Amino acid sequence: MIELYESQRAMRNMRKAAMQRGVIAILDVGSAKIACLVLRFDGTEKSVDTGVGSLAGQSGFRVIGAATTRSRGVRFGEISAMGETERAIRTSLQSAQKMAGIRVDHVIACFSGGGPRSYGLAGEVEVHGQTVDEQDVARVLSSCDVPDFGAGREVLHAQPVNFALDHRSGLDDPRGQIGNNLSTDMHMLTVDAQAIQNLAHCVKRCDLELAGLASSAYVAGNAALVEDEQQLGAACIDMGGGATGISIFMKKHMIYSDAVRMGGDHVTSDISMGLQVPMAMAERIKTVHGGLVATGMDDREMIGIGGETGDWEHDRRTASRAELIGIMRPRVEEILEEVRVRLDAAGFEHLPSQQIVLTGGASQIPGLDALASRILGHQVRLGRPLRVHGLPQAVTGPGFSAAVGLCLFAAHPQDEWWDFDLPVDRYPARSLKRAVKWFRDNW
Amino acid sequence: MSSLSDPPAKGRIFRAYHPAHGGPTPPVQTPQARPNAPRPNSPRPKADPAPSRWSYRMQRLMLTPMFRHMLRIGVPLAVTLLIGTIWLSDETRREALNSKLVDMRVAIEQRDEFMVHMMRVDGAGLGVSEDIREILAVDFPVSSFHLDLDQIRETIAGLDAVERISLRIKPGGVLQVNVVERVPAVVWRSGQGLELLDAQGFRVSALAHRSERPDLAVIAGDGAETEVEEALAILAAATPLNARLRGLVRVGERRWDLVLNRGQRIQLPANQPVPALERVLALDKITPHGMLDRDLAVVDMRLPDRPTIRMNDNAVTELRKIKAEELGVRAK
Repeated sequence: MIELYESQRAMRNMRKAAMQRGVIAILDVGSAKIACLVLRFDGTEKSVDTGVGSLAGQSGFRVIGAATTRSRGVRFGEISAMGETERAIRTSLQSAQKMAGIRVDHVIACFSGGGPRSYGLAGEVEVHGQTVDEQDVARVLSSCDVPDFGAGREVLHAQPVNFALDHRSGLDDPRGQIGNNLSTDMHMLTVDAQAIQNLAHCVKRCDLELAGLASSAYVAGNAALVEDEQQLGAACIDMGGGATGISIFMKKHMIYSDAVRMGGDHVTSDISMGLQVPMAMAERIKTVHGGLVATGMDDREMIGIGGETGDWEHDRRTASRAELIGIMRPRVEEILEEVRVRLDAAGFEHLPSQQIVLTGGASQIPGLDALASRILGHQVRLGRPLRVHGLPQAVTGPGFSAAVGLCLFAAHPQDEWWDFDLPVDRYPARSLKRAVKWFRDNW
Repeated sequence: MSSLSDPPAKGRIFRAYHPAHGGPTPPVQTPQARPNAPRPNSPRPKADPAPSRWSYRMQRLMLTPMFRHMLRIGVPLAVTLLIGTIWLSDETRREALNSKLVDMRVAIEQRDEFMVHMMRVDGAGLGVSEDIREILAVDFPVSSFHLDLDQIRETIAGLDAVERISLRIKPGGVLQVNVVERVPAVVWRSGQGLELLDAQGFRVSALAHRSERPDLAVIAGDGAETEVEEALAILAAATPLNARLRGLVRVGERRWDLVLNRGQRIQLPANQPVPALERVLALDKITPHGMLDRDLAVVDMRLPDRPTIRMNDNAVTELRKIKAEELGVRAK
């Protein structure tokens, strides 16, 4: 795990450097759009003893630039055409920089694809001294038996979710406590290494430094779930263009994450096929007239679906809104059924509270909450991202949950495995040998 | 262009043109005829909105604060310096620039408002004002930029006869010199000759002859000029003797001798000479016929408690003779 430590720590150091310089860019690489926010850190934040900063800890930064561009070359939340994606990233970054009026060198990115897979890890050690110290925490973290997640996978998140000392569980921070047996539960999220490498390469091609990576389901949950939902247990369904991310939160930690490789683009392509219109027109029809619950009124509401062929009859076709709903609904149901399967697999029904929050661009279909509560359970609401300083009105919609959540992630990253000390005996032996040799040679 | 060649708007006019409805045949439109005409809802892909790699880099460079500062300040500065250097590298241009600058400077200096036409000296006697004009040696008219008032003030204040001076250029081009002259208080006789000193002991001027200032007393002796104030106090106390006073002599740089005519001296103590002199005057007054009118050589007050007089030889002889007669002794 040393390599993982090193690359992730390098990104953490990069993030620290960016915080020092005060400017960092947020990049949400989605299948439908690429959003870029430029944050400025003022360092005005004062921590309060309760652990919750003013304005829930997001007063330390301000959004000074925001830009969105239509995504190109991204499918299912993964980069499929490098050059196209690079250009799209460049477009949004350039206009965000222009709005901010400052050059950005560090970027924190999130993406939803790459087939995220969750693992629960457990570790247990004897406490060396009388009280638990940092080295004990480091040892218990490194004692977690890492499952064989397969070659070509990369760890994206590895967060200690829980510490237990002897028979007391649910400790946030065991340091300084007296006990004999320290154990931990860790949640690890792996994604396809190719997806990370492609994204890193695109970012590098834009002359930027990658200062962090996150799963968009995780950060969207951070932005869209309110505090008690995160505490008591909730699932955030981030319905994007090409993928629908699922993240389950409990005690303010993400404990499970998954993704369904379907999203709003599939609804659009269904409309395109069903009504035989181009994708752009289908997208427009979906956003203007789309819906999921048909009423009698919808039979009479005719939608001109147009065309450009020059054939008068063909160009003046119409479809009723009920037809449109008839096309959209099965696909959305399919997505939600798939989500249901994932939630069931994760054991979501065992959580004390089973709040489900729908967010993401595709969650704006009218009637989705009614349909979702029929499939997923009764506690369903539509979520919008938290309001942060300086966020333009245009990017406060649910489609920007991941971007806003990434802002929060940039300002206050959760402790990950690599944020803790490396246990002493795991340090590379060569450097120690070299030090000894130096002493022997010189003294 | 005529309205006929415009593309038909959707729906409305199209129907009227249609031959099936009895309309005229529509004008034939080939797609190549107006390739740039905008078509609504065109499926043609738009140009790539992404900036090229180089324009992206250029924009990032322009957003770099350091670079922007350099562009805003550094480049104009460098260009200005470069142009200036190239222009000034030619000798004739430099000369022309210099002469033009000098001309401008002179033109400003020579304006009538800045010219000083005359000097007026107030508060000085004829001799002193002559002296002042002589040592200043300014050729009027002169520009006030060329007058160094501080230096002029130093120069005039360096004259012995001047106690205080104030100097200013009045409107109308007048250099006004206000002088307070030193008032001579005593005549000092030194090895070099006679000089006039003021009450503080500063030299006023030389004196050719004693008879030019008979109203002033004479002081002499080593260190006399440093104790003029004490001398003046003694002289003020000695006003009853003015008719007989010849002068004051400093003895041993320590005390004063008051010299009267007929070779009489009053030797005053170093400390508190004035009371001692007053005692002498009082003695003179209470003595019948006056003490000092008698044939005395010296009244010695150096020990104030014990005034001593020294008589002349004749007086001593006479006294002895009288004493002898009183005692019935024949003089030898």
